Amino acid sequence: MTGYLMRRFALMLLTLFGMSILIFLVMRLVPGNIADILVDSAGIVDPKQKLKIEQELGLDRPLIAQYWQWISGLARGDLGYAYVSERPAIEEILPRLPVTAKLAVLALVFSVLIGVPLGVISAVHRNTFLDYLMRVISLSGLSMPSFWLGLLVLMAFVQMLGWIPIYNRQPDSIWAEIGLLAIPAFVVGFRSSALVMRLTRSSMLEVLKQDYIRTARSKGASEKTVNYDHALRNALLPVVTIIGIEAAFLLGGLIVTETVFNIPGVARFLVEAIRSRDYPIVQNLVMFIAFVVVTVNFIVDITYTMLDPRIRLES
Amino acid sequence: MTTTLDHSAELARAGANVSTRWQAIRFLARRYPLGAFGAFIILIFILTALLAHWISPYDPTLTNARASLAVPGAAHWLGADFMGRDILSRIIGGAQISLAVGIGATVLGLSVGIPIGLASGYFGGWLDLIIQRFIDIMQSLPLLVMALVMAASLGPSLRNTIIAIAIPLVPSIARIVRSNTLALKEMPFVEAARAIGIGETWIAARHVLPNTLAPLIVLATAQFGSAILVEASLSFLGLGVPEPYPSWGRMLSESAAEYMRTAPWLVIFPGVAISLVVFGANLLGDALRDLLDPRLRT
Repeated sequence: MTGYLMRRFALMLLTLFGMSILIFLVMRLVPGNIADILVDSAGIVDPKQKLKIEQELGLDRPLIAQYWQWISGLARGDLGYAYVSERPAIEEILPRLPVTAKLAVLALVFSVLIGVPLGVISAVHRNTFLDYLMRVISLSGLSMPSFWLGLLVLMAFVQMLGWIPIYNRQPDSIWAEIGLLAIPAFVVGFRSSALVMRLTRSSMLEVLKQDYIRTARSKGASEKTVNYDHALRNALLPVVTIIGIEAAFLLGGLIVTETVFNIPGVARFLVEAIRSRDYPIVQNLVMFIAFVVVTVNFIVDITYTMLDPRIRLES
Repeated sequence: MTTTLDHSAELARAGANVSTRWQAIRFLARRYPLGAFGAFIILIFILTALLAHWISPYDPTLTNARASLAVPGAAHWLGADFMGRDILSRIIGGAQISLAVGIGATVLGLSVGIPIGLASGYFGGWLDLIIQRFIDIMQSLPLLVMALVMAASLGPSLRNTIIAIAIPLVPSIARIVRSNTLALKEMPFVEAARAIGIGETWIAARHVLPNTLAPLIVLATAQFGSAILVEASLSFLGLGVPEPYPSWGRMLSESAAEYMRTAPWLVIFPGVAISLVVFGANLLGDALRDLLDPRLRT
């Protein structure tokens, strides 16, 4: 187990290192850097001025030097300066983290609370009208773009209540905040719940086919005991891995949803930074997202091997 | 009491009397009603895109000040936007863009992912090791974030949007091909091919690859849907297909906030179009998985 953990951890570091090179290079493939944008927007045409900006930002230095400056800074907790606001990148990113984190956790809670029960019911009543109905609903959830669902929800609020639950300033209490975030979290969570529901259903069906379920039935256990006592416990194991998949899926959903609901989180900030070619922000945020995804998957893997004694990993 | 077994009914249910293609379609449609519905949606979508020029009531880029924010009615079935452009025509035009992106990104993703997965699985060794690490890296970012970064770095154009969406599709294709190849290369038919002196690359391409087709078709159908969804999201965020192409995602971003109260048709119809097509692709993909991959049948 320790050997596996060590190897798994080393791979995680390797992945993040690879990601840092990839994102660094991709951002520099961009035709037109921040200096071009600043020059364009200011209407200055003097190439000397542009060169000066590039020198100030260190864009004229070799790529390797620029990369080293970024990575060594990252190791010290120095993320560099944002081009647009000219403030330290960390001061731009950190205040935007809590709201995105709250949104993500709430959305995850919604997706599990909706997805798991529906998946179980659907599997227990497989091939009935109820099952068909739930599968169609979950599939339609997966098919709707979350920004559109968000717009529809906003529209319903406007039409019916004449008022929009917009997050424009820090709410007074934590409960007010959760209330405000619950709507966008539901939008993101609903889409992800479709994924959870489908995986729960197939995992439950897989378990219901096994011998020990037949044994339980043949010794006279009631249908209810078989389904919810014998089957569900084992069926939930693979559902744990869903959280790993969900992490990436949710973050994708947050990007558009934060934009729709105008939530001042990191996901929306990433889009803004990409648009304005703010490399320091984009690089660090993308690394942060990759870090979250990789770490969540690492934790899920470990939890899974601990929960399921059948899995013995060769080290 | 004796029960007579109705063999002919059993056989009909198993599809034994299917001989013509038309009968086969009818048999499958009855067996997979949801899949048939999905196929129907996709068919309509493809026809709409192909016949856009003839069925579109207006030019989708034609502005008309007098029709600004026209309510859905006889002149404009689905209403018009602020610039007086006909929504129905723009949705029909948007179908072309979505189809181009859906097919373009899926085909591009497949043509890059298949050789990578095949080489990784069949030849193994250090090549496999390097490819696997690369796939790990690619998969450590959500699909949309990867597509966003790629789209921003390539610049806005239809071609670049297709490339930006195809790149994040590659890892999952390569992964599926690899895992199937790993199982297939131990099969007796591969050994037989080797025994009669066929070259390794030829075995991989002509003997192993065709056997991975079933899961690939299922995956491609799903990815076709998600490519359309990602294009809509990119365009919604302003980093997708640029003007003057009518993109469903951009139709939503232009209109969304301001006209939500006054012109809800601007928000509703493009979203319905996206959802319907992706829904169709998902239904079709599910049915294809049932049909082609009996191991997953429930």
